Amino acid sequence: MPKFVQTLVDGLSVGSLYALIALGYTMVYGILKFINFAHSDIFVLGAWISLAAAVGAGWSTTGQFLPVPTWLWVSLCGLTGVALLMTAAQRLIARFVHAEPDRLTAQVASAGGCHPSPRAPARGPSVLTGAVRGFLGWRGARTLTMASLAAWLPLLLYHAAGAVRAAAGPELSAAPGGVPICAAGLLSALLVLLCAVSLVGWVGFGIERLAYRPLRTAPRLNVLITAIGVSLLLQNVGQLQWVFGTQPRRMPSLLPDVTLARLAGVNIHLVDVIATGTAVILMLLLERLVFHTRVGRAMRAVSFDTRIAALMGVAVDRVISFTFVLGSSLAAAAGFLYAMKYPGLNQSAHMTWLLLGLKAFVAAVVGGIGNIRGAMLGGFLIGLIELFGAAYLSPQLRDVYVFSLLIAVLLLRPSGILGRVAVEKV
Amino acid sequence: MALRPTPINPSQTPTGPTPTLPHDHLLALPRSLLPLLAGVGLAAGLHFYVGPAVGPFYAKLLIDIGIGILLANSLNLVNGLTGQFSIGHAGFMAVGGYTAAAITYYGSMRLWGSPAVHGGFLGSGELLFAGSCIAGGLVAAVAGFIVGLPSLRLRGDYLAIVTLGFGEIIRVLLQQTGDVLLTADQVRETPWWVLPTKAGGALGFTGLPYYTSLFWVYFFVTVVLIVSLRLKHSSLGRAFLSIREDEIAAEAMGIPTTRLKVTAFMLAAFFAGIGGGLFAHEIGVTLNPQDLGFQKSFDIVVMVVLGGMGSISGVTLAGGLLTVLPEILRSLADPAVAGLAAIFPISPQTQDELRQVIGSNFRMILYALALIVMMIGRPQGLFGLHEIWDFRWPGRRRSRLSARGAP
Repeated sequence: MPKFVQTLVDGLSVGSLYALIALGYTMVYGILKFINFAHSDIFVLGAWISLAAAVGAGWSTTGQFLPVPTWLWVSLCGLTGVALLMTAAQRLIARFVHAEPDRLTAQVASAGGCHPSPRAPARGPSVLTGAVRGFLGWRGARTLTMASLAAWLPLLLYHAAGAVRAAAGPELSAAPGGVPICAAGLLSALLVLLCAVSLVGWVGFGIERLAYRPLRTAPRLNVLITAIGVSLLLQNVGQLQWVFGTQPRRMPSLLPDVTLARLAGVNIHLVDVIATGTAVILMLLLERLVFHTRVGRAMRAVSFDTRIAALMGVAVDRVISFTFVLGSSLAAAAGFLYAMKYPGLNQSAHMTWLLLGLKAFVAAVVGGIGNIRGAMLGGFLIGLIELFGAAYLSPQLRDVYVFSLLIAVLLLRPSGILGRVAVEKV
Repeated sequence: MALRPTPINPSQTPTGPTPTLPHDHLLALPRSLLPLLAGVGLAAGLHFYVGPAVGPFYAKLLIDIGIGILLANSLNLVNGLTGQFSIGHAGFMAVGGYTAAAITYYGSMRLWGSPAVHGGFLGSGELLFAGSCIAGGLVAAVAGFIVGLPSLRLRGDYLAIVTLGFGEIIRVLLQQTGDVLLTADQVRETPWWVLPTKAGGALGFTGLPYYTSLFWVYFFVTVVLIVSLRLKHSSLGRAFLSIREDEIAAEAMGIPTTRLKVTAFMLAAFFAGIGGGLFAHEIGVTLNPQDLGFQKSFDIVVMVVLGGMGSISGVTLAGGLLTVLPEILRSLADPAVAGLAAIFPISPQTQDELRQVIGSNFRMILYALALIVMMIGRPQGLFGLHEIWDFRWPGRRRSRLSARGAP
């Protein structure tokens, strides 16, 4: 009996992580109809950034806050300064010249030397004009503003986590019996989580913008290959010595390893409760977002039919970007929770990580790919099957069970448990 | 000068007067064997003249290139010609490699009492090895059938995931195998059906005889090249291509898509199995489940994608180039770092790190960037569906024709 309950608890807590990752897979598949292979690397990135943030904030054994290097500060300030200046310049010009901003910048650019005579053959903008227009146009300013915002948010969160750690006192990590449970630990954990989530969310945005958007109309196979390329890129850049390296690292414990309750002779750990609880809260929030908000409705519309959604006035590109940010954030949260639960992080054992992400993909398929509730269900199902198989049959073959389940589902019910049967249209 | 591809159009190829010999159909079979004979001759030439001339290091590099070409071409049958996307090719390699290894190792033990190399060139040991490679290929083809049948009924993305999962399952299962039996007595006492489970586990299948020579590698390369080239222009190959271009249209034209996809998959798995057998018996290689994982599969995928999915010559070229690329990068690391250090102030420690990075991670980062840039800029790969000989210098064709027309 204790073994059964223990397995159940473990299965639920692992399953909730699978579900979080599976949501990202399923949302992207629902909208773009391709498997985002890089998603499991996003998850790994989330775990490593959490580790870096937690260590840097001072939760390692040294208890030292690691400041952000100066060049980063300087370049960030420069970025923000340029963004502010550009916005101000545009506002100023727009006040004096009553014209549409875009047309205005076109006028400015054409006044800058290459004004076409009426007889001249129509040409596209020259490089110079294009550069001036791009620099002064609204889009440039907005991109820069967004980029600087995107960079400031995780940085400030990181510093907040460091400040909380410093306020808690330096002797915390050296306390006998591990870190005591305290408000500083909880708050710091939350800040580290948010830091990782915001940073990784922007990474997801960037990946979509740079790698996937140019291929929006390309065959799906090409997008799949690109996704594999992105996955390889993330993995190998992460293994560089100057990034995360290949040495195994240990996530510092932000929370003590205490038993909250005993159920039928089984200890229920704080980490398990927090991991499962956070995952469930995030899933409820997502459910709320997708089914009860405007953005969610737009997401569902794009997923249902991209072209019609565009005709109905949905900003498709923005919705897709938002979906990527959302999926990546959830994967980063899963990475943080995973690092909390299993603190030994090993970049060179990248394959086991990738397998975790793949199993999450299996969860999405089993639940019915493209279906958000299906992904949650599939995640818990996969977690339970894996751990019960490991506990009662053979622990070495845990991956085999999951992939056998995938093959069985593909054979018997390819659209998954909750998926609707899709008819292939010509 | 720009290279311009010519469209594949049979009506444009110059057809001379067809020779009408009295027993033309009787000569057809021996004539069709000519390329094979030429390939065998080439392989023998490499084995006896080039191999000894260039020394063991470059001979091994040549063997690696041959195996790379073999694997790339076998994957090209699925990813290129049929347009399905398999990324677990190393799994089939592992199946074939371990089957071949078990046959040669335990077969030698039973027959000759020791696993050492037996007999000379084309001796009994080498024949056992060649047979074991083919047996490995057959077992891999069966594995391909088992994996392909469920996933190929569905859309391509699932195949990617299932093959990936399959590769990992194979790796996990191979890591569970028992220790290699070391003496002939042990082997004789063990029933034969238990022997394949004694494959060394995570430590790898050690003690294999080094049978893989330039001759055998390039013999199988010849076979795979002939099969691919003839397939590409046969009705079966056209059917594969039609699946790749539009599966629904192909089905409407009466092509049994699932059956052909499984056929292509099995064929690819067969050659991958042979490649695995050759890899297993190579000097300096320990047959290890770890080496036949994800990374290996990706290496092969990159070869096919960069070479041009469906272009046999392109894939062959990419297979050879990407096999030697790590060596090139390794040899470039020192001068590159020295050059950088001359320009920028770099501490010696950073220089060491740089050298290490260029030697190892850099290759994969290059691959990844190449994949992404290729898909955005030139999605059909370096050669697309064309072969190298489809490209010609502008203005060249007329002169060739006139040369042929001259008396």
